[in-house]
Amino acid sequence: MAILVNKDTRLITQGITGSAGLFHSKGCKEYGTNVVGGVTPGKGGTVIEGFSVFNTVYEAKRETGANATMIFVPAAFAADAILEAIDTGIEIIVCITEGIPVMDMLKVRRVLEGSKSRLIGPNCPGIITPGQCKIGIMPGYIHKPGKVGLISRSGTLTYEAVYQLTQLGIGQSTCIGIGGDPINGTDFVDCLKLFNADPDTEAIILIGEIGGTAEEEAAKYIKENVKKPVVGFIAGMTAPKGKRMGHAGAIISGGKGTAAEKIAALEAAGIAVAKSPAEIGITLKNLIS
Amino acid sequence: MNIHEYQAKEILKRYGVAVPQGYPAFTPEEAYEAAKKLDTPVIVVKAQIHAGGRGKAGGVKVCKSKEEVKEAAAQLLGKKLVTHQTGPDGKVVQRLYVEAGCDIAKELYLGVVIDRASRRVTLMASTEGGMEIEEVAAKSPEKILKETVDPAVGIMPYQARKLAYGLGLKDKEAQSMVKFILALERCFEECDCSLAEINPLAVLKDGSVLALDAKMNFDSNALYRHKDIEAMRDFNEEDPREVEASKFDLSYIGLSGNIGCMVNGAGLAMATMDIIKLHGGEPANFLDVGGGASTEKVTEAFKLILSDKKVKAVLVNIFGGIMKCDVIAEGIIAAAKAMSINVPVVVRLEGTNVELGKKLLAESGLKLISADSMTDAAKKVIAAANV
Repeated sequence: MAILVNKDTRLITQGITGSAGLFHSKGCKEYGTNVVGGVTPGKGGTVIEGFSVFNTVYEAKRETGANATMIFVPAAFAADAILEAIDTGIEIIVCITEGIPVMDMLKVRRVLEGSKSRLIGPNCPGIITPGQCKIGIMPGYIHKPGKVGLISRSGTLTYEAVYQLTQLGIGQSTCIGIGGDPINGTDFVDCLKLFNADPDTEAIILIGEIGGTAEEEAAKYIKENVKKPVVGFIAGMTAPKGKRMGHAGAIISGGKGTAAEKIAALEAAGIAVAKSPAEIGITLKNLIS
Repeated sequence: MNIHEYQAKEILKRYGVAVPQGYPAFTPEEAYEAAKKLDTPVIVVKAQIHAGGRGKAGGVKVCKSKEEVKEAAAQLLGKKLVTHQTGPDGKVVQRLYVEAGCDIAKELYLGVVIDRASRRVTLMASTEGGMEIEEVAAKSPEKILKETVDPAVGIMPYQARKLAYGLGLKDKEAQSMVKFILALERCFEECDCSLAEINPLAVLKDGSVLALDAKMNFDSNALYRHKDIEAMRDFNEEDPREVEASKFDLSYIGLSGNIGCMVNGAGLAMATMDIIKLHGGEPANFLDVGGGASTEKVTEAFKLILSDKKVKAVLVNIFGGIMKCDVIAEGIIAAAKAMSINVPVVVRLEGTNVELGKKLLAESGLKLISADSMTDAAKKVIAAANV
């Protein structure tokens, strides 16, 4: 069953005629995702590489029955694209775009409250239910259908963890990249709730990094609610204070948000924290066997 | 992005936030001229560096005459200031701000931040002016008043009143404070700030309020819509390697170890530093070549890593997703041909087109050490650096 996306998901791409949008729409389709069309204002009515293009998300949704959208719109226009998607009531919005101003995201978050939509990202690799549906930029072939749910703030570090699992013969139910920005649509706790309720997910991996308090909130939630085995990893033990480590949200500010604090919070909640990024897979294997 | 105090005050003034009169100065003569224009009994000469704690480090001088101002300026310019925020190397003073002194009744704190947990712009105020807010939060959190701003309506006057009266201000003081808070918050939102801190905020004996100091940071993702603010960037205040990296859209942070790292993706780049440390090595840098790195970017990344003379070995760790391993391999080969790489390079490739990438490297004739996993790569690069 997995969570959020599956073989019945019908996907459109906002920004489908851009090079990244088109490249990854094709990648998703090749993986088996139902990519039913795309949106680029001004190019409605055309067809690109077999994908029907629409001027607005409303039109695309009405004509294709889409229930998910993947956004590749440039950062300056991405908040508008997300808000348009929310306004149509589309269920799943996955925003890949990096570099959206925080002030724009504060407004987006406010509009999301009480809406029918769930936003994943921005600045994320996307979401994949192996063997069923891939929405995003992750290399599909490293995944394997199975029972481990994975949530992460990082892209390539997620691939690393997934690859370790697959090499150990452990499959994944759904893998979600929630993104590296300080303000995002879906956080660790949202995903934990879904994985906790999903009968097809038997164990969970949580990959965090320095900055903010999302990992501490996750630890609290897990301690109080989650009976399934959880493995954690936090990147940035060696990160200096006050420096933004690539991701807009990865910064230790005012001495807060260090990896050590986060690891301590996860361990206090009974979560098995992998000490090395190369041992995320094996830590989970040892925990469930 | 950070800016200097005098630049912050220039922006604040545009939004109607009260600041003392002042002028920037780059020479003792300019400081003298500024003092002449101000013509106040007390004049303050302040070193402009991107770090707090200037007062304690001797970077702020209170003067009683134009001559004293000139003398103070001559002492400060070119001086190395070491504060708790500059690190042991300190920062050389190249700019000054010459400001009118004022009649202070009390000093308060006012800060605006983006609170990640509540996902709101949040105002913080405290009666403990001059103290760092982190210190107040640790020692006496009850002294910090907070108001969060709903993005749907923006800050409301009642919130500013709550803060002003909460700080114990009355009558004209409270009125001035309300105006100050509303103006500061508007400035914060319209300029895409990530931090605006007024510490101390002075309440004067005449009941008005003023920003005595001002620290502003900006969301670098929003600078495209604030060209005037972007132009205030002072490259002298930044690590030259980080400046060079930013020209090529590479994310680079210099560290103190001897193992250079080139990685794609911020999370994996941090994890690579961590695994080097875990196995007893010391990373020389954080470097994320990003999702869609070209051959040119990889070449520039190599140049940057090797420009650090401490680097004794390099670890390339790539998990190809958007980025294909053969593109990385071509970049490494091009970089090796364009420059002499005279330190060992350990390469670990995984992901899209990995076989093709490995084949290209093997056929290049370059002396590279290949690794199969992150652990293997970390151990090999540490061994290579310690030869």
